[in-house]
Amino acid sequence: MRVIGKSVGRKDAEEKVTGAAKYTDDYIFNNMLHARVVCSPYAHALINSIDWSKAEKVPGVRSIVTGVGLPLTGEEIRDRSPIAFKKVRYHGEVVALVVADHPAQAAEAASLIEISYTPLPVVNSPRQAFQPDSPLVHEHMEAYEINVNVYPEPHTNVAHRTKIRKGNIEKGRMESDVFVEGSFSFAPSDHAAMETRSCFAEIRPNGDVIITSSSQAPFMIKKLISSYFGVEIGKIIVNTPLVGGAYGGKASVQWEFLAYIAAKSVEGRPVKILYSREEDILTAPVHIGLDATVKLGCTRDGILKSAEILYLFDGGAYADKSPDLSRAAAVDCTGPYHIENIWCDSLCMYTNHPYASPFRGFGHSEVHFAFERTMDMLAKKLKIDPLELRYINAIQPGDTTPTQVLLNKSNVGNVRACIDKLKELMDWNGETKIESGKHTVRTKGVACIWKTSTIDPNASSGVILTFNPDGSVNLMSGVVEIGTGTKTVLAQILAERLRLDYDKIHVKMKVNTQTTPEHWKTVASRGTFMAGRAVLAAADDAILQIKSIASCILRVRVEDLEIDSGKVFVREEPGINLKFEDVVYGYTYPNGNSIGGQIIGRGNYILRHMTYLDADTGAGKPGPEWTVGAQGVEVEYNTINHTYKVVKAYSVIDIGQVLNEKTARGQVMGAMSMGLSFGGRETFYFDQHGRVLNHRLRTYRPLRFGEQPEYAVEFIHTPHMEAAYGARGVGEHGLIGMPAVLGNSLSLAAGVELNHLPLIPEQIWRAKRRPQE
Amino acid sequence: MHDFPLSKRRIILNINSEDVDIYIRAADLLLDTIRESLGLTGSKPGCLNGDCGACTIILDEKPMKSCLMLTLEAEGKKIMTIEGLKNTPIQKAFIEHFAFQCGYCTPGFIMNCHSLIKNQPNADPHTIKEWLQSNICRCTGYQEIETAVLSVLRKDYNK
Repeated sequence: MRVIGKSVGRKDAEEKVTGAAKYTDDYIFNNMLHARVVCSPYAHALINSIDWSKAEKVPGVRSIVTGVGLPLTGEEIRDRSPIAFKKVRYHGEVVALVVADHPAQAAEAASLIEISYTPLPVVNSPRQAFQPDSPLVHEHMEAYEINVNVYPEPHTNVAHRTKIRKGNIEKGRMESDVFVEGSFSFAPSDHAAMETRSCFAEIRPNGDVIITSSSQAPFMIKKLISSYFGVEIGKIIVNTPLVGGAYGGKASVQWEFLAYIAAKSVEGRPVKILYSREEDILTAPVHIGLDATVKLGCTRDGILKSAEILYLFDGGAYADKSPDLSRAAAVDCTGPYHIENIWCDSLCMYTNHPYASPFRGFGHSEVHFAFERTMDMLAKKLKIDPLELRYINAIQPGDTTPTQVLLNKSNVGNVRACIDKLKELMDWNGETKIESGKHTVRTKGVACIWKTSTIDPNASSGVILTFNPDGSVNLMSGVVEIGTGTKTVLAQILAERLRLDYDKIHVKMKVNTQTTPEHWKTVASRGTFMAGRAVLAAADDAILQIKSIASCILRVRVEDLEIDSGKVFVREEPGINLKFEDVVYGYTYPNGNSIGGQIIGRGNYILRHMTYLDADTGAGKPGPEWTVGAQGVEVEYNTINHTYKVVKAYSVIDIGQVLNEKTARGQVMGAMSMGLSFGGRETFYFDQHGRVLNHRLRTYRPLRFGEQPEYAVEFIHTPHMEAAYGARGVGEHGLIGMPAVLGNSLSLAAGVELNHLPLIPEQIWRAKRRPQE
Repeated sequence: MHDFPLSKRRIILNINSEDVDIYIRAADLLLDTIRESLGLTGSKPGCLNGDCGACTIILDEKPMKSCLMLTLEAEGKKIMTIEGLKNTPIQKAFIEHFAFQCGYCTPGFIMNCHSLIKNQPNADPHTIKEWLQSNICRCTGYQEIETAVLSVLRKDYNK
C-alpha cells in the first residue's frame, strides 16, 4: 500500500508548532461581551434568595441571569436546568450568570451576587445513594422526560439500571469449585484537558444562532439547542475549531447552553464564556466514579463458570450521559473472557457530586479495574499464573459476549495472540517478586482488555470531497480534530483509495455544522471507522464520476478505466490517459465545448444492525466490533514508605491494521499515561459536605514530564472486515487496563489486596494497616 | 461601592524583537495583553495559576509563565512568544517525533524546550526533567517530547 501504515506527517503539524493553530478562545473580537458564572459553594442546598443589587451597579454589566424560566436539559434524562433553579445539587453548579463588557467586570459583579442557601443532607457516595434511607437527589424523577432505553427508578437514587442475564447463574455457581469476591471503589476525577471549556454565541438579526465551541459534539449542540430552546434547527450553526484535548469531557453539552442564554439576554450580541481551571474542574462534567462488587466462580482447572457483578456508578447530580456509561460498562462487564453464566446489575446512581460525562474508555477502565483485580485474586487462590488463567478463558470467535452477541473472526480481535505477545515482551514467567534493593522489590502485573463502542444505533458519519483545478482534493468531515490525528488518517485513507499523492489531499480542520456533513460525535474511537467508511464511499463516488467523464472523452467503457497518480487511463494502454486537472473541473474541447464540472464526491456511513439492549436480559448488539488487548506494568516498590516507580508499561493491542504508525503509538502511549495517572494519583477529595477540595492543577496533579515509564507498545493484526483497510478503533484502549495492572503489580509488591484508587502511598499504607478479610 | 478602574496607561513592550506601543490596565496579566491586545494567541491560558505552563514565553532569555506576571512588569524586557520562533530545530523535532497531539500545550512546551536548549546545551536528563516538569501535556505519554528535545540536544553535541 502506498500510504496506509506510514507515519506521514500530520496535517495540523505546522499550525500547531508555530502557535498559529486556533482554538475557541483564540477568536477575539472587539464587540464581544464576556460571561462569568457564579457557582454553588454547597453540594446540596435550597436556594432561598439571590440578590444582585450590588452586582448590577458594577460598570459594564449588561445582564444577570438566574435559573428562572429555563428549560430542563439532559441527553438521557431531562433533569438539569442549565442554571440551577430553587436547588443546587453539586459543588460548583452554576447558580447565576453575569454578562459584562470586560471579563474583569463580569468577575467583579459575579463576586458581588449574594445568595442565601439552606444546606441539605448530602449523598456523598454511590453506596450511600443505594441505601433505602438515603436522601434523594431528585425527589420527582417521574416528572422528567426520559430517553428510550433508560430506566430510572423513581423515589430512589437509581437513574438507570442495566441488567445482564446470560445463561443460568445458579447453574454457573453449581459448576464452580472455587469462588472469590472483591469490592472496589474510586471517587470521581477529572479529564483535565489543557484547554478549559469555552464557547461564544450570538443571535443574528435574521434569527440565526451562531455558536463556536470547544466540543466533541458540535452536531449534538445544534440538535439540543433546537430541541430545548425551540430554535429551528437549520438556523443553528455550530463551529468547532481545533480542540485542546477532550478525552470525553467535551462530549457533553453544558457551557454552550450558558453562552446561548447569555447571548439571548443581551439581544443576541456575541458573548464568550471561558471556564477558569477551577470551573473546568468543578462545574463542567467529570470522570465517573465507581463502587463495585465482583464475585467469580470457576472450576478447579480455572475455567470461569459464573460472574456475579454489581456496579454502582457515581453519576453525580445529573444524569447527562451516565446512564449510557453504566450501560456500556454492562456490555463489557467482564473482561474479554468466555463466561457462560453472567448476572450483572450496572446502576447509574445520583449523588451530590459533580456529574459525569464520558471519559476515554467510556466506563471500561473503571470496570476492568474491578474485574481484572478479581481475576488476579482468583489466580492467587487457584495458585495459577494470572496470565495463564486469562489465556485459558480468553474469548474467541464462536463465543458470545455478556449481551449475547455471537463473535466471529472479524468482530473481535485475537486475545490469545495479544497475551502471547505480551508474555514475550514482558519476559513474563509467572508472578514474581524480586528484591531489587535493600528496601525495594520489583513486580509485574498484567490484565486483558476489550471494548466495543455503544454509541447511538442511528449515529452516522458523512464526508464530502471537492476537487481543485490542479487535481487535488478537499476533504470535509464532521470529525473534530481533538488531538487524535484522525483527520490525518482520513487523508491517508483517501490518498490510498484515490491512489493520489498524500500531499494532494487538503483537509478542512474546522467543523461547521452548516457546511460540514455530520459526524455524530467525535467519541468512542469511532472516528476512523465511521468517517473512514464514509471517505471510501465518497472516494468511490468521485472515482466513478471521473471515469464517467473520461469514458466519454476517451471513448472507452467506464469498466476499462483505472486511476493512479492523478491520472485516469485505459487499463490495457496506460498511454491513453487524462490528467485529473483536465477532468475534475470540467473538460473543455478545443472548440470550447465543455462537459462535466467540478467533481464533488459524497459518502456516508451508518452502523449496521445495531439494537437496543433488552430491558430484562441485556441481550442485544450494542457495537460493531471489539478491539482487544493485553497490558502489563513493572513497578519498583519501596517496602518502607510505600512509594513506587512505574518502571515500564506494556500494551499489546489488536489494532487490525495500523494506518499511521506514529499516530497509533502516540494514541496508545498517551492513553497509557492517562490510565497510569488515573490509577496512580488522580481523584477528587470530597469533604463530608460533598465539596471538592482539590480543584486546581496544583492539588489535582496529573503526570508530569519525567514521571512517565518506559513504554513498550506492540500491535496484533486481526482485520475488522467492515472497516477501511481492516483498522480497529484504538484511541481509548491503551488506557483501559492501566489502573488494573497497577493494582495487580502493587498488590503483589505490597502483599495486600489493593482495591481502591488512586494508588498513592497513603492508600497502600492504609490497606496494609487494615485487617485482611 | 467597589471602585473599578478600567483606565489605561501607555506602555512600550518589546515583543518578538519589535517595539509595540499599547495601552493597558495596571491589573492586566502579560498573558492577556499578549493574546488580546497584540493578537498573539499562541500563548495559551490553562490555569492562570502557574501550574500548567501553557502560557510559557521567553523573557530575557529565560522561560517565564506569562500568567504569573503583570504586563507592567515586562516593560523594558525582551519578550519572545511562540510567534517569534520560525523554523527552529525544536519545532522541526516536534513535528518529526509527533511530540504533540491536540497542540494546546505545544507552544508553551516549545518555548520551554527552546530556552532549555539555548541555556543548557549540554543538559543531562536530570536538568531536562527539572526544566520540563513545569509544563503539563495531557495527550502524549511525554516520551515523544523527550525524544524531540534529546534529538536537538544531540545534534548540538555533534557540532
